[in-house]
Amino acid sequence: MSDHVGTLPAATAHQFDDAVQQRDASGLGMWVFLVTEILFFGGLFTIYTVYRSLYPEAFGHASGTLDITLGAVNTAVLIGSSLTMALAVHTAQVSRNRRLVALFLCATIVLGGVFLGIKGVEYAQKFHEHHVPGPSFHYSGADAQHAELFFCLYFLMTGLHALHMVIGVGLLSVLAVMALRGRFGPSYYTPVELTGLYWHFVDIVWIFLFPLLYLVERHS
Amino acid sequence: MTEHAAPHAHVVPLAVYFGVFIALLVFTGATTAIAFVDLGRFNVAVALTIAVVKASLVLLYFMHLRYTSRLTLVFVGIAFFWLGTMIGLTMSDIVSRGWFGA
Amino acid sequence: MSDTNYLNVDYGIRSWLLTVDHKRIALLYLGSITVMFFLGGVFALMIRLELLTPAADVVQADTYNKLFTMHGIIMVFFFLIPSIPATLGNFLVPMMIGARDLAFPRLNLASWYIFLVGALFTLWAVFTGGVDTGWTFYTPYSTVGANTKVIPAAVGIFINGFSSILTGLNFIVTIHRMRAPGLTWFRLPLFIWATYATSVIFILGTPVIAITLALVGVERAFHIGIFDPAIGGDPILFQHLFWFYSHPAVYIMILPSMGVVSELITCFARKSPFGYSFIAISSLAIAFLGFLVWGHHMFVSGQSAYASLIFSFLSFAVAIPSAVKVFNWTATLYRGSIAFQAPMLYALGFIGLFTIGGLTGLFLASLGLDVHVHDTYFVVAHFHYIMVGGALMGYLGGIHFWWPKITGRMYPETLSKIAALVVFLGFNLTFFPQFILGYLGMPRRYHVYPDEFQVLNVMSTAGASVLGLGYLLPMGYLLWSLRYGARAPANPWQATGLEWQTPSPPPTENFVVTPIVTGPAYCYAGEEAEVV
Repeated sequence: MSDHVGTLPAATAHQFDDAVQQRDASGLGMWVFLVTEILFFGGLFTIYTVYRSLYPEAFGHASGTLDITLGAVNTAVLIGSSLTMALAVHTAQVSRNRRLVALFLCATIVLGGVFLGIKGVEYAQKFHEHHVPGPSFHYSGADAQHAELFFCLYFLMTGLHALHMVIGVGLLSVLAVMALRGRFGPSYYTPVELTGLYWHFVDIVWIFLFPLLYLVERHS
Repeated sequence: MTEHAAPHAHVVPLAVYFGVFIALLVFTGATTAIAFVDLGRFNVAVALTIAVVKASLVLLYFMHLRYTSRLTLVFVGIAFFWLGTMIGLTMSDIVSRGWFGA
Repeated sequence: MSDTNYLNVDYGIRSWLLTVDHKRIALLYLGSITVMFFLGGVFALMIRLELLTPAADVVQADTYNKLFTMHGIIMVFFFLIPSIPATLGNFLVPMMIGARDLAFPRLNLASWYIFLVGALFTLWAVFTGGVDTGWTFYTPYSTVGANTKVIPAAVGIFINGFSSILTGLNFIVTIHRMRAPGLTWFRLPLFIWATYATSVIFILGTPVIAITLALVGVERAFHIGIFDPAIGGDPILFQHLFWFYSHPAVYIMILPSMGVVSELITCFARKSPFGYSFIAISSLAIAFLGFLVWGHHMFVSGQSAYASLIFSFLSFAVAIPSAVKVFNWTATLYRGSIAFQAPMLYALGFIGLFTIGGLTGLFLASLGLDVHVHDTYFVVAHFHYIMVGGALMGYLGGIHFWWPKITGRMYPETLSKIAALVVFLGFNLTFFPQFILGYLGMPRRYHVYPDEFQVLNVMSTAGASVLGLGYLLPMGYLLWSLRYGARAPANPWQATGLEWQTPSPPPTENFVVTPIVTGPAYCYAGEEAEVV
């Protein structure tokens, strides 16, 4: 079923009755996968909730050491990438303009790259300040012990999120090449649509990570 | 088949995408700004409410949840319900540990 | 009619390792989990051998810790959890709903390979020194205390989790989207309802155990201590997350078995099930309530008494849908024309043993009593009545029942009946004494014990050898039947269900013509009326 050429509709796989059933099943499959992803990140969110409720002051102070400007800019960058992703799906839905689809996909990749770059700068700062948990951890604020717990969570949550971004960028790169070859059009764009769902999901995770990690106690 | 399979996906007008994008940026700015205002215990509530609104916008419009089958909505609902259950029942232990020396 | 079926359509190792046919993948799973089952069984026998005498004469404490850990890990994660879903589920879900295959056949094959990789990691841990944390990996012992192969074992279970998730995802999409024309939800076989409920647990629970064990691995490897008390981490939080999956995992094991038993009881009582919709909905109710009871594993580990109260109450609640099933099966048997074929013997055994296991579960859900029997052999006996007496009996019953469909050969009936009896007797002899041992106060996970416990321990060990024989018997005669068994007709049991309407073994596409369903899943009552 993999040898569909041009913008012809992809052949229906043998287990399906027709293309509609196939599309429908793929969409539902992606959503069910995202359900598992919600619970996957959910474990970390549960841990975060517990420790923040136990050590609110330490979390407040430790959160204050994060760079809020970089965090906010990154949020905007990621929202922008979600927009370009949605536009890529939209373009494939309504037109056969292969270049435009590829362009929007590439824009998404670039914005994803910018996000990861900024994240890298933040990580480097943390290494520099010895705020990375482990033997070399050093923290001058109050309650260093529980602050280390916050930084554990910071690195695990943003790290898992970044890993999902890297996977997303990889998927998008494949799609961009396929788009340039004219694989997608109004009759067949399921891969773009499903990868879009994944990308937006990763965006949603960040929408929660930003206030939970960066905005704990800025007002004091 | 008993579920309603939409024969063609809903095409969302471009204006909706850009509108949602602007709204998301505004909410990001708002949540960042509000974080610097001391609202006491309501800081968390406001931040999370804004996050939920933003996430809902992405789900409903970018991810087309508004236009897809109700079954999808059910699955997303189940996921968040289960997440709430996990956090809620775990917290029921954490918050009540000090009560009456128990 | 041509003689081509899914088994002889293609030959050679390639045609198996690269197959996307759900029936062949079911057989790949069957082979791999059988290997794991016997490996886990060897560990079990070594445990029982050590416990034959009060002193430490076969193994020392460290080795014993590894034995029960690896028995647990292999049996739970690599046999019981995939057992029915990945074999019978894979084989039957598309056939029972009149589909040509699962929705995502290549994903299905991928999930088998993921299972293999996970199993290899775990076997690597087993054969290069073993793990001694218990299958529960409780922190902080697993993160800072143990110096055994915790990381490879955790990685193996982490990887295996994705195999479960993909299987569950595949089933859910298939059952929603690929049912034959006319096959509405309340015309589905009860096995499909049970498998669907199991799949829901797969996708909602498995990600949590995956992230939790990943955190254990990270904490060991990089000393980023999420659960480490030294930096204010909470080891009990690990238990919350662990049991959020691992309690529902018990329902992953028992629900498919319940589905199998529903099929067997209706077929061999020749009656449509009593209260079909109640049995169907109770599967979903068990899947739902099963997620709300995990704290009953933590009554004595420092959880707050108030949370324990909530969890105790919810644990009693989950008994309701379980009891609905038992009562409905019994009511189905009432005035049925019962045939005691081997699968039926397993099903009847299941009902009795599951009832004992379930009722003792209520003892353990009671806060006061749990303090007395927690971490004793009472608990060990209880969950073996559910997992072995329940899940494994259902699995064996199902394998026998669908063996003619899977292989096209009949199994030898008399020998199978004997084996079913041997398993039933051996099982009870092994585990019933453990209830008494636990009640008298023998703690679990110790390799030595006071002299007064020896009689009961000897009984248990004797039972284990009988049980072992009971498992080797089917292994032998089922293999024998592949070559010498009588050829199976399409429907040897005169059962209803779409899978019996196609030849045994079925063609690759399952059905020559897509079936159209016009009535309920079970119509034995109608046949009975005709005979009268």
